[in-house]
Amino acid sequence: MPEVIIENVHKSFGSVEVLKGVSLTVEPGEVIALIGRSGSGKSTLLRCINGLEKINSGRIEIAGHTVSADPKQLRELRRDVGIVFQSYNLFPHLSVGENIMLAPKIVKNIGKVQTRETAEKVLQLVGLSEKFDAYPDELSGGQQQRVAIARSLAMQPKVMLFDEVTSALDPELTEEVLNVMEQLARDGMTMILVTHEMSFARRVATKTIFMHQGKIWEEGPSKQLFGDPQTPELRQFVKSDVK
Amino acid sequence: MILRTFGFSEFGFLLSALLWTVVLTIIALSGGGVVGFLIALARTSTQKWLRIAAATYIQIIQGIPVLMILFLSYYGLSLAGLQLPPLVAAGASMTIYASGYLAEIWRGCIQSVPKPQWEASESLAMTRAQQYRYVILPQALRISLPSTVGFAVQVVKNTSITSIIGFVELARAGQLINNATFQPFRVFIAVAMLYFVVCYPLSQLSRWLERRLHARSHH
Repeated sequence: MPEVIIENVHKSFGSVEVLKGVSLTVEPGEVIALIGRSGSGKSTLLRCINGLEKINSGRIEIAGHTVSADPKQLRELRRDVGIVFQSYNLFPHLSVGENIMLAPKIVKNIGKVQTRETAEKVLQLVGLSEKFDAYPDELSGGQQQRVAIARSLAMQPKVMLFDEVTSALDPELTEEVLNVMEQLARDGMTMILVTHEMSFARRVATKTIFMHQGKIWEEGPSKQLFGDPQTPELRQFVKSDVK
Repeated sequence: MILRTFGFSEFGFLLSALLWTVVLTIIALSGGGVVGFLIALARTSTQKWLRIAAATYIQIIQGIPVLMILFLSYYGLSLAGLQLPPLVAAGASMTIYASGYLAEIWRGCIQSVPKPQWEASESLAMTRAQQYRYVILPQALRISLPSTVGFAVQVVKNTSITSIIGFVELARAGQLINNATFQPFRVFIAVAMLYFVVCYPLSQLSRWLERRLHARSHH
């Protein structure tokens, strides 16, 4: 059974239609890269998947939950779906450890000892064990983003969403974040990522989706999609990225 | 009639009246703090009618002089058969006045916490109450300190208005002593100095908090 089902989703901001009937299924363990120009609707699609944006019509199911407007149902969904943002969005008044332990503690009511264990584990996973007591403003951008990934992982999600998570980072910091994501992919996490890192998409994503003008323009196994683009739009897009 | 001169015992009387100014300020800030906090929450609620109700309350309180609030609670309620002692009328009026301003100050602080903080906490499946309690309010509190302390200075000075209904705080005590000594220059310089002694450290504290806030946010 698919982990994510997106069926004919439409989304408008005012009179501008940004998603014009998008359908997509994701199997457990798949890594999906969403690529396309800015304004193509890829970030909006990602934000619709965990209910941060409300869809106008269509249906989205993820990890056994249906995206709805009901806050209680949305909270159930978000326990199983993590998201990482471009701007990290760590809580600046809390230490790294507290950032990670907060949601498991208050949302899942997991005891102190166990949340601490989980926090140490996920922090080790992103290679920042020694930063447990540091504050976000003492970390580099790459480190903050790795903490944000760890914070999401501590909720033990079934699906992870990544919204241009390396776009704000210098090239040398981008690498450390991508490495963490690649490790997650290898461990079998179901992932959907909006990205500008074409070589990463090509190497790590099982499937890449090229969005254009609010539609899925072209999709396929990553190597095939990048190696032999079918539409002139994707050919143009891939070419401009190489330059 | 024998005129007294402004001496130690008169100054002592001013000091004890200053205590009532401080008490009234504390009542206004704690009462106004509780009411203002609830209004600020309503003002940032997801419920439209709550936001409108809170905005209306703030507009009304900020749109009328404190003096009118004072007259309404002292004379108005006594006409309705409720004879409030001056301290209660003064405390209630200053509470209402402070709540209208604190609500607006704190609304601004809550809204100045960046929107992505709401999105990040929402995405971690927190309830709205948990978002406020653990993520938004702790950050808003830090932002609010300079302006809240700054407003406390206004409250200290504005308690003088309650002298009109006969509540003996610092300004009223000054009038009483002036009536007995007829040395207005000495008496009111002493009164002004006492206000200054309370307000100046608060202003400095507010400025220091402001500097610290900026130093940290550029860190």
